[in-house]
Amino acid sequence: MNPDDRQAYWRANLRLMATLLAVWALVSFGAGIIFVDQLNEFSIMGFPLGFWFAQQGSILVFIALIVIYAVRMDALDKKFGADDYEEGGVSH
Amino acid sequence: MSDIQIWTLVFVGITFSFYIYIAYASRVSSTADFYVAGGGIPAPANGAAIAADWMSAASFISMAGIIALAYNGYAGSVFLMGWTGGYVLLALLLAPYLRKFGKFTLPEFVGDRYSETARLVAVLSAIVISFVYVAGQMGGVGVVFTRFLGVSPTVGVLIGMAIVFFYAVLGGMKGITWTQVAQYSVLIVAYLIPAVAVSASVTGNPLPQIGFGQILGELDELQRALGFEAFTEAFTDPRYGMQNMLLITAALMFGTAGLPHVIVRFYTAKSVRAARYSAVWAIVFIGLLYLTAPAVASFSKLEILDSLNTTPSGELPGWFSTWADVDLITGPDGAPLEDLNGDGMFNYTGGAGDIANEVAINNDILVLASPEIAGLPAPLVGLVAAGALAAALSTASGLLLVISSSVANDVYYKRVNPGATEKQQLLVGRITMGFAILVAGYLGINPPGFVGEVVALAFGLAAASFFPILVLGIFWKKATAMGAAAGMIAGLTFTLAYMIWTLEIYFGGAGIAGIPPTGIGTIGMLVNFAVTIVVSQFTPKPSERMQALVEEVRYPGRTKLVEEHLKEG
Repeated sequence: MNPDDRQAYWRANLRLMATLLAVWALVSFGAGIIFVDQLNEFSIMGFPLGFWFAQQGSILVFIALIVIYAVRMDALDKKFGADDYEEGGVSH
Repeated sequence: MSDIQIWTLVFVGITFSFYIYIAYASRVSSTADFYVAGGGIPAPANGAAIAADWMSAASFISMAGIIALAYNGYAGSVFLMGWTGGYVLLALLLAPYLRKFGKFTLPEFVGDRYSETARLVAVLSAIVISFVYVAGQMGGVGVVFTRFLGVSPTVGVLIGMAIVFFYAVLGGMKGITWTQVAQYSVLIVAYLIPAVAVSASVTGNPLPQIGFGQILGELDELQRALGFEAFTEAFTDPRYGMQNMLLITAALMFGTAGLPHVIVRFYTAKSVRAARYSAVWAIVFIGLLYLTAPAVASFSKLEILDSLNTTPSGELPGWFSTWADVDLITGPDGAPLEDLNGDGMFNYTGGAGDIANEVAINNDILVLASPEIAGLPAPLVGLVAAGALAAALSTASGLLLVISSSVANDVYYKRVNPGATEKQQLLVGRITMGFAILVAGYLGINPPGFVGEVVALAFGLAAASFFPILVLGIFWKKATAMGAAAGMIAGLTFTLAYMIWTLEIYFGGAGIAGIPPTGIGTIGMLVNFAVTIVVSQFTPKPSERMQALVEEVRYPGRTKLVEEHLKEG
């Protein structure tokens, strides 16, 4: 990779990370704790919504975030032609 | 011998033989295999191993009970969000980069990136955190054997030690990893079957994660009627107000991302991409249990409240007498069970009206009793016992490997005898592992009274010591060795001091702003960040070569510099 590509690759990576981490904080600290009382005014399938975020929703979103990260990084690697992964293990 | 004991023996016998067979089939002869399974484990298997490694006796046996009983519903979310949210941090901020950096252990990264002093601090922290944890697992093994098979806890722990000794010493990381894959399968099946059965019979919906929504209204109402706070309502307990919910959740999240036995798992992945997908599989496998735990908590709580407050004490279901016989169901404050108001029932209440509470239930029995509470047949009770053992043994073996590799690789090979051959290193690794198993067994048989508490506190310590210097070490080229050492020491000292000040077993101080010892790790982590950043401004910068290497790790592909770094060992 040439220096320009490297910089673009790293920037794209950081942008993706920042977006995903913002969602991470919003669902757990936000929906699950800070806004739980307000969200509990609503309910879905019997769950008060804030309680649902704290015990189910946040975990489901965490799974989605990690999947999105892996898939988007694959796409990023491919875009920069860096998708021939070395499979060698570490050795001393 | 009862049906339950026979079936427990059958399931434990089958699963244990299976683990030993796997261990024999994957025995190893090189240090790379012993420490990181040659870095050649495919992502789904690695994910299952991470999940089994991570979910300990605490997750399997205790968590649903803690949510239902000790934390009364909503407040228990700190464990659900904390112990899964940490994986987002691991997957995005640490795993790919640490894998790219190569190496075998967490202290090795710290040592190479920063300095020898930092390495030693890291070795010490890793060993202490791991021993605290492993003692709890061995204790858990003893408890399961005692309750289900009626042998003494000592015999139970000795059996557990023998099994772990066999597959961990022989197979190292390779044996441990493949055994953990099997252990994950056993524990998740054992956890899901009772939950699915209860949900299907109570709500008609076989998915417990969705079904338990239908009973929450009823549960809230019943809890209020009995004088408890509502199950789903937030901040009803002043100990778990908004501030403390935030702090405890954060401490568990950042602690998860700083635990050495979890991080080392990403070194076993085949490539950087495989490390990313290992995290995907791990969170899927872990999420399956964590999404089910609150359902188990809610169904069991409703059933317990319902049967205790409406059934005459002579007609209570079997699980009640089973656990009352071993003193895990008692009167309040451990007093003998007594029908105080003479209404013929053991009332379990929050003191509503004139009906005083007459029962205390240990958090640990909820999951173990869940098949019986659901009215499932004896074979399934045996399966849950085997699942609990799988959870405890898989975590214990992962922790023992951290202790062994920290001593054999980071102390013996790096400091004592750099000319050691593969054979010598393996021998030291295996001897350390054997010795660590003996110490863990001793701690399991004679648990120091505070192990349970310290396990939860270990997360705070990991958050305050490792997380900041790992993240800065990767994302900030100019983080210096002295900065990292000062940050780790400041974060650890601050957190430990506050814990000792506020823990009941020590000084029982009131603390500041009502922050509990379990939440202080978050503040300790911020202290560590601040100190590392400030000290790094005034101390010698890392070498040009190290700065270039940190930069290289950000990009895909294996460049010359990374190649050289990996060869240096």
